[in-house]
Amino acid sequence: MSERQAQETGARGLVGLPEPTIYDRSRPGRRGVRPPRPDVPERPVEELAAGAPLRREPPALPEVSENQVVRHYTRLSQLNYAVDTGFYPLGSCTMKYNPRINEEMASLPGFAQLHPAVPEEAAQGALQLMWELERYLAEIAGMARVSLQPAAGAQGELCGMLIIRKYHESRGERRRKVLVPDSAHGTNPATAAMIGFDVVEVASDARGGVDLADLSRHLDEDVAALMLTNPNTLGLFDENIVEVARRVHAVGGLLYYDGANANAIMGVSRPGDMGFDVVHFNLHKTFSTPHGMGGPGSGPVGVKEALVPFLPVPLVERRGGQFVLDYDRPQTIGRLRSAYGNFGVLVRAYTYIRALGAEGLRRVSEDAVLNANYLLHLLRDTFDVPFDRLCMHEFVVSATPVKQRTGVRALDIAKRLLDHGYHSPTVYFPLIVDEALMIEPTETETKETLEDYAQALKAIVAEAEENPEALRQAPTRTPVRRLDEAGAARRPVVRLDRG
Amino acid sequence: MEFPQDLKYTEEHEWVRASRDLAVVGITDYAQSELGDVVYVELPAVGARVKKGASFGVVESVKSVSDLFAPVSGEVVRVNGALADHPEKVNEDPYGEGWMIEIRMDDPSELEDLLSAAEYAARVE
Repeated sequence: MSERQAQETGARGLVGLPEPTIYDRSRPGRRGVRPPRPDVPERPVEELAAGAPLRREPPALPEVSENQVVRHYTRLSQLNYAVDTGFYPLGSCTMKYNPRINEEMASLPGFAQLHPAVPEEAAQGALQLMWELERYLAEIAGMARVSLQPAAGAQGELCGMLIIRKYHESRGERRRKVLVPDSAHGTNPATAAMIGFDVVEVASDARGGVDLADLSRHLDEDVAALMLTNPNTLGLFDENIVEVARRVHAVGGLLYYDGANANAIMGVSRPGDMGFDVVHFNLHKTFSTPHGMGGPGSGPVGVKEALVPFLPVPLVERRGGQFVLDYDRPQTIGRLRSAYGNFGVLVRAYTYIRALGAEGLRRVSEDAVLNANYLLHLLRDTFDVPFDRLCMHEFVVSATPVKQRTGVRALDIAKRLLDHGYHSPTVYFPLIVDEALMIEPTETETKETLEDYAQALKAIVAEAEENPEALRQAPTRTPVRRLDEAGAARRPVVRLDRG
Repeated sequence: MEFPQDLKYTEEHEWVRASRDLAVVGITDYAQSELGDVVYVELPAVGARVKKGASFGVVESVKSVSDLFAPVSGEVVRVNGALADHPEKVNEDPYGEGWMIEIRMDDPSELEDLLSAAEYAARVE
């Protein structure tokens, strides 16, 4: 590879001076804004709020000027590493570029300023968008109907599993077991356990898919569902998915599709056709809506025909040329979210789908898979590849050989990547791969970025051979050096000591 | 890496120090090294029953959360309460101050199913 300068990366994205807290800037008596003197008679607060619990001392707010506030938060924002500043291959998270047209459409006053309580007649455009988005998502998933309500992926899972429980109850059955493969996202067993199911783990086979023999050992009439991602968390498509579905259905169980990895399959294969009964999508991953660290996200849930009666209320229906909100659904699991989900996020996902069209969405998945395979190809000789086959939109390599030779771990490699100006991949997940690095480049990156990233990883492994001790100090070019994660977890300090 | 000769071991990386019908249990040097810095240890209460092969607690590190498996069946007679405030002892002294529970064994012959130091070392090295 040529000695090219890193071109489009956030090569200096994480470099800068550490920013003190806003309290460190505080000086007694300093003010940003001085309100005018009141033009009504002043009365003591004890009199105005007699009997209410009143604080004796004013809250210890920082005392700063307006430009100090602006500078502080602008500097903090400049220390962010984001998909808008650099390559962000965080496996399983699909940190793809969010096209600006999404923001423009979501900012249209008719959407942005619409109050959720206006009458249906005054919200026909918004309702039409929801009605159409539901149909697009149903088509992509191979499902009959979709609820747009869940606020994020985890709530989508909760919604889907409540629907599955209600379906079994409607047939007079109380099934207790939910099967989850050992490569699953932690949210899958957490969701099942939260609803009260017993979680049973299913092993992976030598090719990284569900082990059919182990699956059959756990299958009986007590199985409510199998929760699965496909491609799975190893970035591998489960080649036996149709047989997996047949066996689960044969004992009366249902299949839940965690859409975390749907970026690999759009327009190519559909969860409904694979045999899944319930699907959730993460609009903030697959459909390019903003993502991470507080959201808002969106986790629509699609179901096959037999499960439609249990979807949350309301659903948008079209009656006589008018769009209406339908609450009259006696078997519904109820309402999951105030208003109608995170509507602004729905507008962005709708825009993404309309801007790309069916052909474009298929191309997204094809390019995501191509990029991942190219990057895997570049790194094949640098790391161990535990399941070495064509990957989907992401892949998992192991740094175990590096650790055995040099003592340098996946964590040290991840930290050194920050010094190279990159976000780390996901590390130590999935749990079934030691010293895992899980890399998801997404479709929106250039060939040069993928090559530069591979080059950075190779340079770090070379450094590990030469000077492992220096690597264990990484990062050294970031505003904040390596954090004491163990200390923070063992003795967390949750209150700011203002001295 | 150290695997004391006088201890017995499980495939799930627990060790046992037995005397008469009592068995002190912890996790091995290999286990603590693989887990990384331990930040929390969840242990049963004194008087709880544990069953050979079943989970008796959880160890949480900066990397992962793992079940602890009982090497033998019996009643918990002592718990290392110091780990609540000092989980790092599991990393610093896995066979000493990092011990976790003591079990009064129902059937000390269960010890015969466990691995010797040499057998365990062969598995992890």
